[in-house]
Amino acid sequence: MSARVFVPADSSALSVGADAVAAAILAEASRRSLDIEIVRTGSRGLFWLEPLIEVETAAGRIGYGPVAPGEAGALFDADFLTGGAHPKALGHVQDIPYLKRQQRLIFARCGVTDPLSLEAYRSHGGLRGLERALSLGPKATIEEILASGLRGRGGAGFPTGVKWRTTAGIDADQKYVVCNADEGDSGTFADRMLMEGDPFLLIEGMAIAALSVGATRGYVYIRSEYPHAFAVFSRAIERARAAGLLGPSVLGSGRAFDLEARLGAGAYICGEETSLLESLEGKRGQIRVKPPLPAISGLFGKPTVVNNVLSFAATPWILEHGAKAYAEYGVGRSLGSQPFQLAGNVRHGGLVELAFGASLRDLVEGFGGGAKTGRPIRAVQVGGPLGAYFPASLLDTRLDYESMATARGMLGHGGIVVFDDTVDMARQARFAFEFCARESCGKCTPCRIGSTRGAETVDKIIAGRDRQENVQLLRDLCEVMTDGSLCALGGLAPLPVLSALDHFSEDFAKAPARAAAE
Amino acid sequence: MSGRTDFDADIARTLIDRKRTTPGATLPILHDLMEQFGYIDDAAVPLIADALNISRAEALGVISFYHDFRRSPVNGRVLKLCRAESCQAMGCEDLVAHLAVQHGVSVDGDDESSSLHVETVYCLGNCALSPAALLDGQPIGRLDRDRLDAIVAAARSKTQ
Repeated sequence: MSARVFVPADSSALSVGADAVAAAILAEASRRSLDIEIVRTGSRGLFWLEPLIEVETAAGRIGYGPVAPGEAGALFDADFLTGGAHPKALGHVQDIPYLKRQQRLIFARCGVTDPLSLEAYRSHGGLRGLERALSLGPKATIEEILASGLRGRGGAGFPTGVKWRTTAGIDADQKYVVCNADEGDSGTFADRMLMEGDPFLLIEGMAIAALSVGATRGYVYIRSEYPHAFAVFSRAIERARAAGLLGPSVLGSGRAFDLEARLGAGAYICGEETSLLESLEGKRGQIRVKPPLPAISGLFGKPTVVNNVLSFAATPWILEHGAKAYAEYGVGRSLGSQPFQLAGNVRHGGLVELAFGASLRDLVEGFGGGAKTGRPIRAVQVGGPLGAYFPASLLDTRLDYESMATARGMLGHGGIVVFDDTVDMARQARFAFEFCARESCGKCTPCRIGSTRGAETVDKIIAGRDRQENVQLLRDLCEVMTDGSLCALGGLAPLPVLSALDHFSEDFAKAPARAAAE
Repeated sequence: MSGRTDFDADIARTLIDRKRTTPGATLPILHDLMEQFGYIDDAAVPLIADALNISRAEALGVISFYHDFRRSPVNGRVLKLCRAESCQAMGCEDLVAHLAVQHGVSVDGDDESSSLHVETVYCLGNCALSPAALLDGQPIGRLDRDRLDAIVAAARSKTQ
């Protein structure tokens, strides 16, 4: 029997040389006339250890990482195929504390199996959720999602079951399910990891949704910045279709559902659900005024369920294990698990799936191990470019929807970006406006004009001109944008700005000489 | 991307026809044209408009809305450099300055003949290994000055 070596093909792993490592191991094995099989997997999400290779031994899967291509020979010398000792040995991968301490419901399979093998998917528990949904029927399936307390993981946190119930309750000749995979927030990569590492889970979740609400067609809108995820996911759709998981009779149920992956084109705003729908229809990604809600009148004017990748991906677990089991995770009205993503200036960046309610400190210090530069952490931005910056003094804030809102922040898509003490928060506030100006769809004035005026006003403050008046003006502008913008881009861009002003006011009061900002 | 060809109206027409009946065909068609030619030639605009029964203004409106759709060809390699918050926290702006000072390469510059085009993108989803970039579609993590120097040198030697 040939030894099996697992090498990730996740794009983060590829970005630090995983392909070269796979090739070097194969070449070394052939030189030694050893029969090995290389299985390309997704990533476990322990990115500082990438390329993290694993070998299957009698005692379980043993990891080595980060492995450089030049180390292949030494690994064979150390007899790594049977788990031999080597400076890069990590022991049993599942026992690495970073992984062991997590509560992986959605990401249980990611990095473990060949993402494009449906057999591996099934043998690792896949399709049980869809099978149960088929036996329960649409109504009971939606009841299960409602009872689980699942809320939209894209950022808004709207109850998923309520969306599904709304669309299910409408009579229409055509309904759609649309997956928002336009994961544009800096510091987030969970959607990408899942599409590359366990794509059938998303397909299964979308099939559950489609069959529950009576939709026969689905679209996955993937951002063009994720070419690798798009390629892997498109292949997964083909395989799912060939195996009867998609098509005229899903798993032989006699009910039709088919899916298509569509590529975005570099517009952050298309992560807003109505912009995304416009873009799918072939138009400029300008937002729509709500109502009508997409659940009632969405893609091509038809009832459409629009959910985030992680929302769909949570549903197979809920169906398999039951709503009650899911709701045992989490706190208050934030139930279940959230895949948090640790990024930026952090020693151990990666994916950390935990029940809601962990503290920010546990994430950035406990899991993250502090700043990569070794300097003190000064600011942590939670929830992407529209999320608040938290100072080190607020690291005990809990990560759930309500606690974050109370702290005048938001959880968003669960991205956590760490900055050390060299960060200039006035510059970060300026960037929030700059980004909003670049990505505004232009439909409403507060966002289109306000973002540019905001950047100019921050420039004046940095330059030391009429500081008090300009800070007041900035706060007024933030109020107008918050209350007057049509969607979350203009409505939430003030959040990082105000958090910077509130928590880091000293950065807006520095001597102007050093502030020759671009 | 390799294998790009000069703009050819017949090839463009074939690509457009292949997808014209696809629901919401505009973006898929534009991506196909980008893949084939590396940009959207002005001559393709009326072809798209005719095929999809929209005005030229509408077609242009879509093209100009999305950052991906280039209106003129590039000859060199394309490096998409992430400048979003996570990469800022790991010094991407230092890399931008390094490119300008050491190599005279300006990010988002419009020199068509340049051997290396560096474009700003906001987030490549490789934020645990910031600073991140994509070189002709290939992901690069933990980008630093040395790697950047090598990329610039390789791009320049290729075109000489």
